[in-house]
Amino acid sequence: MNLRAVGKAALLLALAAAGIRFIYRKRCRIEVYASMYVYGIKSLGVITVVAVFTGMILALNTGIAMRDFHQEAHIGTAVMVSMLREMGPFMTGLILAACVGSAMAAQLGTMVVSEEIAALEIMSIDPIRFLVMPRLMAMCVMTPLLSFYTCIMGVIGGGIVGKQLLDVPWDIYFDNALRWAKNKDLFVGMFKAFLFGVIITTVSCYEGFATTHGAVGVGAATRKAVIICFLAILITGLLVTGLFYY
Amino acid sequence: MIEFRNVTKMLGGRAVLDGVSFHVEQGETFVIVGSSGVGKSVTLKHMVRLFRPDEGEVLVDGESISRATGSRLEKMREQFGYLFQGGALLAWLTVAENVALPLREKTALSNDEILKRVRETLKLVGLENDGHKHPSEISGGMQKRAGLARAIVRQARIVLYDEPTSGLDPVTSRAIDALIEGMRRELGVTSVVVTHDLHSALSIGARIAMLHGGKMIECAAPEDFVRSSRPEVRAFLESQFITKRGAWERIIQ
Ligand SMILES: Nc1ncnc2c1ncn2[C@@H]1O[C@H](COP(=O)(O)OP(=O)(O)O)[C@@H](O)[C@H]1O
Ligand SMILES: [Mg+2]
Repeated sequence: MNLRAVGKAALLLALAAAGIRFIYRKRCRIEVYASMYVYGIKSLGVITVVAVFTGMILALNTGIAMRDFHQEAHIGTAVMVSMLREMGPFMTGLILAACVGSAMAAQLGTMVVSEEIAALEIMSIDPIRFLVMPRLMAMCVMTPLLSFYTCIMGVIGGGIVGKQLLDVPWDIYFDNALRWAKNKDLFVGMFKAFLFGVIITTVSCYEGFATTHGAVGVGAATRKAVIICFLAILITGLLVTGLFYY
Repeated sequence: MIEFRNVTKMLGGRAVLDGVSFHVEQGETFVIVGSSGVGKSVTLKHMVRLFRPDEGEVLVDGESISRATGSRLEKMREQFGYLFQGGALLAWLTVAENVALPLREKTALSNDEILKRVRETLKLVGLENDGHKHPSEISGGMQKRAGLARAIVRQARIVLYDEPTSGLDPVTSRAIDALIEGMRRELGVTSVVVTHDLHSALSIGARIAMLHGGKMIECAAPEDFVRSSRPEVRAFLESQFITKRGAWERIIQ
């Protein structure tokens, strides 16, 4: 992705954001709700599984290390803090990039190839307002919420491991988890997730629109969208953490 | 009405259009024929600025659409209906919703009026019982007719048809011809029709143009088109058995 493409993608984002002013239209809102359902609610299953396992792995790893110092009761804190700050938004971002980003790029790419985008243009229906704006809105709302949900499920997963394998009782685990959970961690995490939502939508829609060369091109656009999303999520995650905690 | 002035367009390293000039009169049905890949769809797309000429200009009502931008372009495009070669229906909407889309997005009509217009238009193209289906659930020919319904539902002044009858059975093809002719007669619609179907070309065209090698090698009224001595035109006519005495007179009437 060269500098020119970055510029064009930024322009796409700006135009889509400007399209939010049409949200007062009922049809627009329906599109947004539909996108929320398709991209958010339908991802719940896979996100739940990944979140629970992430929490379990975190708990097990830290628990084994802390058991040497008889501190395994504190795994609640470890799981909670790392989920809130990093793993929650990060896991959510990666999963959404893989499921939602690829779907968006493939759908828009197919629409380019079958001339549906051209048809919209001729009808003077702005494809960015009509297609990108609802997706952007939906992702901006759903990604932070899903990230929060990932944190909760991760903490629960950690609790299960604590109870079953490390003999940490539920109440102690959650007591520790909640005592050290700071609002700042929660909000920074959700802010990160918000940025990831913006990135996934912008990159995927841009790559979808830029599709050429038929069905092969749709495959290429999808692959490219997912790779760029992954990279952008990693870099943004690092930058935001640096910005707030360094 | 629509005028091409020396339009040259390079695509994939070759001149698909090489200095093409012609004009389409108001209220006429202008037919473009030519072999596959010769640039017929590209020509149509220039009229609505999906392509811009590398050289030359495309004028609509004396105004350059190739240079128009923003709301001016939007205004100019609003006069057009466009039937894409593949139908280009939105996959997640039903046929009826697809046809309703230009009305919903671009007019202030009430819901009842929109539904009524959609029903009437679907009836015109013979899809009155298929409005609730999705594009993937109907045949290619039906998708084409749904695309046609979407192109004409707003009662545009100019309608561009990219192969409206290809993939359709002969009976439906003649019905589509009658539809195009009827809109010209009753509403004064200007039509540009790209087709391989010589029967429709002769029966609805006021003039027929042939593209070949990036040039418009023939452009004449049907009576003169069938008498053309250009070898490419002869080959096209002979491929559809129109050279027999009496055959074409009956079609043109
Ligand atoms: N978007 C495009 N990019 C590159 N080449 C194109 C594009 N669209 C059409 N062409 C080329 O232009 C030529 C004419 O295409 P087209 O107008 O679709 O043919 P047809 O006369 O069958 O409708 C073809 O050789 C095609 O490869
Ligand atoms: Mg074509």
